[in-house]
Amino acid sequence: MKISLLLTAALTVAGSLGAADWTQFRGPNGDGLSSETGVPVRLEPSSITWSVSLPGRGLSSPLILGDKVFVTVGSGARQDRLHVLCFRVTDGALLWERQFWATGRTMTHEKIGAATPTPASDGKAIYAIFSSNDCVALDLDGRLLWFRGLGRDYPNASNSLGMSSSLVVVDGVVVAMVENDSESFTAGLDARTGVNRWKLDRPKKANWTSPVVFKSPGQPNRVLLQSAQGVTAVDPTTGKIAWDITEGASTVPSLVVNQGKLVIPANGITVVEPVPGEAKPKPVWHSAQLRPGTASPVVVGGRLLTLNDGGILTCADVQDGKRLWQLRLKGSFSATPVAAGGHLYCVSEDGRVQVVDPSKAEGVVVSELPLEQTVIGTPSIAAGSIFVRSDSRLVRLGGTALR
Amino acid sequence: MARVHSVLAASVLLVATAINSGAALPRKLASSVERLKAVGAEGQGNAAAQAAWNEVAKAKANQIPELLVAMDGANDYALNWMRAAIETAVQRETTAGAKLSLKSLEVLLRDTQHHPRARRLAFELIQKLDASRAQALLPEFLQDPGSELRREAVAQLMARAAGQTTAAKASAVTTYRQALGFSREADQIEDIAKRLQDLGDKVDLAKTFGWVAKWQLIGPFDNAGEVGFAKVYPPEERLDLKAELAGKSGPVKWFPYETRSEYGLVDFNQAISSLKGAAGYATAEFWSDSARTAQVRLGCKNGWKVWVNGALIFGRDEYHRSAEIDQYRLPVSLKAGKNILLVKCTQNEQTQDWAKEWEFQLRVTDEQGTPIVSTR
Repeated sequence: MKISLLLTAALTVAGSLGAADWTQFRGPNGDGLSSETGVPVRLEPSSITWSVSLPGRGLSSPLILGDKVFVTVGSGARQDRLHVLCFRVTDGALLWERQFWATGRTMTHEKIGAATPTPASDGKAIYAIFSSNDCVALDLDGRLLWFRGLGRDYPNASNSLGMSSSLVVVDGVVVAMVENDSESFTAGLDARTGVNRWKLDRPKKANWTSPVVFKSPGQPNRVLLQSAQGVTAVDPTTGKIAWDITEGASTVPSLVVNQGKLVIPANGITVVEPVPGEAKPKPVWHSAQLRPGTASPVVVGGRLLTLNDGGILTCADVQDGKRLWQLRLKGSFSATPVAAGGHLYCVSEDGRVQVVDPSKAEGVVVSELPLEQTVIGTPSIAAGSIFVRSDSRLVRLGGTALR
Repeated sequence: MARVHSVLAASVLLVATAINSGAALPRKLASSVERLKAVGAEGQGNAAAQAAWNEVAKAKANQIPELLVAMDGANDYALNWMRAAIETAVQRETTAGAKLSLKSLEVLLRDTQHHPRARRLAFELIQKLDASRAQALLPEFLQDPGSELRREAVAQLMARAAGQTTAAKASAVTTYRQALGFSREADQIEDIAKRLQDLGDKVDLAKTFGWVAKWQLIGPFDNAGEVGFAKVYPPEERLDLKAELAGKSGPVKWFPYETRSEYGLVDFNQAISSLKGAAGYATAEFWSDSARTAQVRLGCKNGWKVWVNGALIFGRDEYHRSAEIDQYRLPVSLKAGKNILLVKCTQNEQTQDWAKEWEFQLRVTDEQGTPIVSTR
């Protein structure tokens, strides 16, 4: 009995996520926060532990699981070659690479490309989707588990400016938002086989936001789908709609969940709180003064931070939306800031990593490090380090060895 | 010399026969390959393919050419399953010190009967084994049916032309002109045209792309609230170029229109009026000297539908995101003699500066992108 319990425990650990793994867009909880300690705050050129070249372009975030970093890349004149690469955390050595031919449309705005959405992982596999709506599942050693060509299966499911919604995986279902002006839907794909568990018609309107998993103690998991129409909560196992907010929302920055409340980019920022048993979430506060740009909002230590495309970082009290301070960062921004140890890591489009302490009466830039590369994608935090993927390289800042 | 050629041809034939026989694949591996090739739309066959993939990925180095041959006839989903398995096997085998047969890969690469993607993968494997050999092979693919190989061969020729620019301008022009003749990719064609223009040689882009330039147009019809995209107006039911039809704000008639744009733009704003919430139609006769398959290649940032000989080929209701040459590649069958093209182009009611265009460009090509021009 004891042996079997031990075995069960061991197997559970083997197939589960490490506490500090970075498993999806904006980290394990989709809120941009990492529980990592020892992430460098004073960045300087020597903070670059390693930097490796990538075989093409991209702006998806790296995933970090244990001793492996996974990155997607698009290459070719028409961005029709899709890559998934796996590097070793400690030294950046390439462990494996898989390539696929896009089956859907690959046309995008020049600023983005095939590898715009961030993959997701449940600790057992990497699920990667590309702007062409090709979706692939690989185990952590690069074995192909399944392939789906959602743009081929549903031939009007595309956006001539490109698709960017990242994946989430929850309750054995990979949720892919394929929302666009024409054949618009969100699908729940079986994580084991890739076949449709459900497919939900969605507003016919281009949408670049990413789904968010909403977990609440004692309640079933929900996936939150943000669109121009508002926010829709669905059951990830069935695709059934649990509730809807229909007052509209942004189609670029994505909502963030903080302390059970939804911080939604909608006419500025709108905060609501889902209440079990209620048909709709209850309004908490709204502010038209807080206006995120491309970057999604983040909440650090009770402070809500929004960043516009021009580099104005605005801090507000997350309880009531009262604006506390503004700070002008250097450069233009597309990447969402991420945080660890109470510090915010903001990367400008020209690759300047700026570390901000948001806890004071005014925001303070603690350090900055120019990488001198184009960075559009959101960085990741794990293994005591920040992983920044530029248009051509993957860079690890800080960290010495895997703990 | 003739004897050397025939001996060489005979040995190539022998290797080719061995590769094509399929005999080298053991039954279990061949069966796994078939399960990979059985995958289809909406994840059909994925569950069975998962176990089969692990088998195929265990292939030995000497089985790689046969696996590449087995890509023949695979659909686009299966090609990706095959590619990933082959690359995994190659990575494992070469790491373990096994050798891939360069000769077998070259035979397969040269045989245009094989799938262009299998041949492309063979080329990439050769690149990894012997990069200089791959470079030396590239000129053979300037007329390749596979777009990736052809593009890379043209790029190599362009690089040669660029190297000639300073010392021998006339040679550079000649080489760029050769590259232009071989290129089938719009961005590459535009790049070559720009380089030639810098050298004082003007390219007739309209002729190079081979646009359908002469049309009959009619409009406007109503598309307020974007309802006109789905609404069936009379031209969709019966084409009568003499008919007077009820338009958006009064009777409308067909009229001739010939685009002078080097990008073949059929501009409804210019031909009809700058309107919002409107739909227009364009029709053209397209004469083919034989019954054949072809592609209608369309660029359009408005809503659109395309019919060939009365059959709806495809339509899309996306507005003002972006447009480019060959944005949509629609496989069609042409009859010998007269074919009728019909395009519906719908404008929505967006008022932004970037939402003014109400236009399309269309050409007919073969599968590689070689323009097919109407014979009349």
